[in-house]
Amino acid sequence: MASRQLIDRMTDILGPEGVISEREQLRAYECDGLMNYRVIPEIVVLPESAEHVQQIVRYCYDEGIPFVARGSGTGLSGGALPVESGVLIVLSRMRKIIEVDIPNQRVVVEPGVINIWVSQAVADDGYYYAPDPASQIVSSIGGNLAENSGGVHCLKYGFTTNHVMGAEIVLPDGTMVNVGGGMAPDAPGYELLGAFVGSEGTLGIATKITLRIVRKPQAVKTLLAAFKDTEEAGDAVSGIIGSGIVPAAIEMMDALCIEAVETAVHPGFPQAGAVLIVELDGPEAEVSSQFDQTIKICEEANASEIRIAEDDEERALFWKGRKAAFAAMGRIANDYYVQDAVVPRTELGAVLKRINQLGEEYEMRVANVFHAGDGNLHPLVLYDNDNPGEAEKAEDLAGRIVMTCLEHGGSLTGEHGIGRDKMKYMPKMFTDEDMDTMQLLRCAFDPHHICNPGKIFPTPRLCGERPGPFHMHPVQKAGLAENF
Amino acid sequence: MDTRTNNVSLGDLQGIVGEANAREASGTDTIDGVQPSFVAEPGSVENLSALMKFANDAGLTVSPRGGGTSTALGNPPRDIDLVVSTARMNEVIEHVPGDQVVRAGAGLKLRDLQERLAGSDQMLAVDPPERGAGATVGGVVASNSSGPRRYRYGTIRDLIIGITVVLPDGTVAKAGGKVVKNVAGYDLGKLFTGSLGTLGVIANANFRLHPRPEAARTVAVELADTATAGQAVQTVMHSQLVPSAVELHWGEGAKLLTILVEGIPPAVEAQAETANHLLKGFGETRTLSDEEADNLGPLSPPGGPGAGDEVSLKISFPPAELTGVLDSTLGACSRKGLDVPRMTGQAATGIVYAGLSGGDEDGLVAVTEELREIWVRRGGSVVVREAPVSFKGRVEVWGPMGTRLELTRRLKEKFDPRGIMNPGRFVGGI
Repeated sequence: MASRQLIDRMTDILGPEGVISEREQLRAYECDGLMNYRVIPEIVVLPESAEHVQQIVRYCYDEGIPFVARGSGTGLSGGALPVESGVLIVLSRMRKIIEVDIPNQRVVVEPGVINIWVSQAVADDGYYYAPDPASQIVSSIGGNLAENSGGVHCLKYGFTTNHVMGAEIVLPDGTMVNVGGGMAPDAPGYELLGAFVGSEGTLGIATKITLRIVRKPQAVKTLLAAFKDTEEAGDAVSGIIGSGIVPAAIEMMDALCIEAVETAVHPGFPQAGAVLIVELDGPEAEVSSQFDQTIKICEEANASEIRIAEDDEERALFWKGRKAAFAAMGRIANDYYVQDAVVPRTELGAVLKRINQLGEEYEMRVANVFHAGDGNLHPLVLYDNDNPGEAEKAEDLAGRIVMTCLEHGGSLTGEHGIGRDKMKYMPKMFTDEDMDTMQLLRCAFDPHHICNPGKIFPTPRLCGERPGPFHMHPVQKAGLAENF
Repeated sequence: MDTRTNNVSLGDLQGIVGEANAREASGTDTIDGVQPSFVAEPGSVENLSALMKFANDAGLTVSPRGGGTSTALGNPPRDIDLVVSTARMNEVIEHVPGDQVVRAGAGLKLRDLQERLAGSDQMLAVDPPERGAGATVGGVVASNSSGPRRYRYGTIRDLIIGITVVLPDGTVAKAGGKVVKNVAGYDLGKLFTGSLGTLGVIANANFRLHPRPEAARTVAVELADTATAGQAVQTVMHSQLVPSAVELHWGEGAKLLTILVEGIPPAVEAQAETANHLLKGFGETRTLSDEEADNLGPLSPPGGPGAGDEVSLKISFPPAELTGVLDSTLGACSRKGLDVPRMTGQAATGIVYAGLSGGDEDGLVAVTEELREIWVRRGGSVVVREAPVSFKGRVEVWGPMGTRLELTRRLKEKFDPRGIMNPGRFVGGI
């Protein structure tokens, strides 16, 4: 239960409608998209403006209260998991599109604006916002920025970090800074914006974000190709990339995944060991020539069937099947664990083989859906929570899979983030020196370690800059950090 | 008599990097009139780490150097004892063509890297003007130098996917990795991009590669005036053309906008035709030969190596304000008695490099201050890329840092608590 003083102060700032302190209502915020970690926050606050955020954060700073920012709560690594005895700052009431500037190809938004709204706002002008995470109809731009969200089209167009041009940030001490050029490129000084994007809410809260928008391409062509197995589909991927084509997207799904989405959304995918969805976009002449080449490469890789989307409707159907992949698992299993890891593209075959072996070893089903062009895997470990011990077993298997990816030169996460979920694996990818150096950055932004503590780093460091007699920091007392 | 600085002798440094790899500095090592004492060339990451630890413990001020092609950038250093050159750390550490990534030592020259990658029909998609003069990959990262193709590919900050750095105290740290898509840990690669050697020394870096285009074509339009320049650029930006570069070339002689299209031959043909069609309403258009395109001087924009301007500025601005940038620069130069400035840049990105000459130093200072006043107010910046030391004594080269200053200082303090890295050169006097 939040202290009277905290409730009163937050109510002063936000009014009663901006403060949630009843335990039953707080429960709605106990987790984000990763539901196996749950913490009920002390209080939830719903600011309506940057000034509100600033006042809330300044109060937290003065009182030494940890806080966590949350957008739409769709994150899959527990990045918005609340801190016990902390404040959860929910940005869903900051949903204004502040400015649409077509001549400069920019849109300025508040952090709670939903990803897809940006594309909708500029569609009539022939533009769109390129990063398109599967969650784009619900996830917020502020959350996308915190996680450096990807999406199916980031192979060609880049990630959130390549499309955010500026941000107004409330730092953990309550000061407000503007980073990045915003309307103009190349602001002098350190690349603070590049460091901030993808920092998983640990360096401050963005209250205003300037995005770059992209002109819609002249032509788009999409095909779906069916293969005997993921190995043959993988050969086609290597062939396409190796020929110098940069597809807008190239996605793979395995048999189990196809079965699930067929049951869930009926996109009419062929029965096959693997399907690829390949999309090319750009100038007409380039797309049509390279599309023919893509078809040929798929044929050479023994594609059993190739379907070409005849219109936008059919294209949307292909994508509906792909984007429904996670949710569709609910049709073939009671529960599933979503993994997110990356391997160098040339290691895909070997890693998929190993994942199959691991699945057999654990006697568990693993469905594979992934961004094949950039080696970003999303193995889905299926289990049944009603069977005692299965959840732990699934998590263990998912851990073995991510370790396999690391052994093959990959990364712990391609787009879901480390958050709370993968903290324990960080030392497998980074040395103590690597992580201590990263935390120098954190100490510059958040010296008192109150901004989303207990995330990313398994052994967080305090920044050791309070002069005077030693007092144990509340975060340290709670066992969430040790001194640096 | 031996040179001794902070009680350090040449022999001490030779003991770390080898006798042949440390020397007393000469006149050519001078940075804005500040003469360093020593130059050392470590041969490995471990060697670099030992050298930095030694320098930090001894309190030597350090300036990291790659190809030395951007040493004109920055405020005059307060002090430099030791130049740490990455020249020997010049290997392609790993290149897997199928993964389209490369890991290279910081001291590898960009043109050597490109030559190597060309064998696999790949490239690192940056074309900074300093590449011809021997810029290294580490130097391009540290100075975030960019060229015309940034319109399509972004700058090195968009292509760097991993980094290994050596901090002033010798700590070796890495971030990112060798896969393009990766959100594990903080993105130190981006933090070090453009940090101008003030946080540590870049030892090696990993980059995303692109396929080399099979064909290229440059279409140019002769512009009558600054208003036409702005309109032509807007027309290209909002079309469905996908150019690799949209470059402005503006001076006493030529007033040109060039559009570079690249890709497979049939598509390049078609795009060049579209570009021609889009631009012909703005002036006479023609397709340039490769030689003509080269002669426009992509390697010597104002402030580039050997460009020969007295003062060169980098003006960043919202791209829709191109006409205003040209007008304000031409107007200020004319009023202060300067020559007609030479201006080139990435017009559709919002970058113009202006080379100022003629008139006296008062005039050069006045023009710089006037342009900075206008374009900072309008959300941009004006950075002095190159200028005589006396000019730098009167005009801070980076311009105001606004609300970022305090955070910038804290960051510097964390990474370089003893303040040994390139002191005084970067923003806010750090």
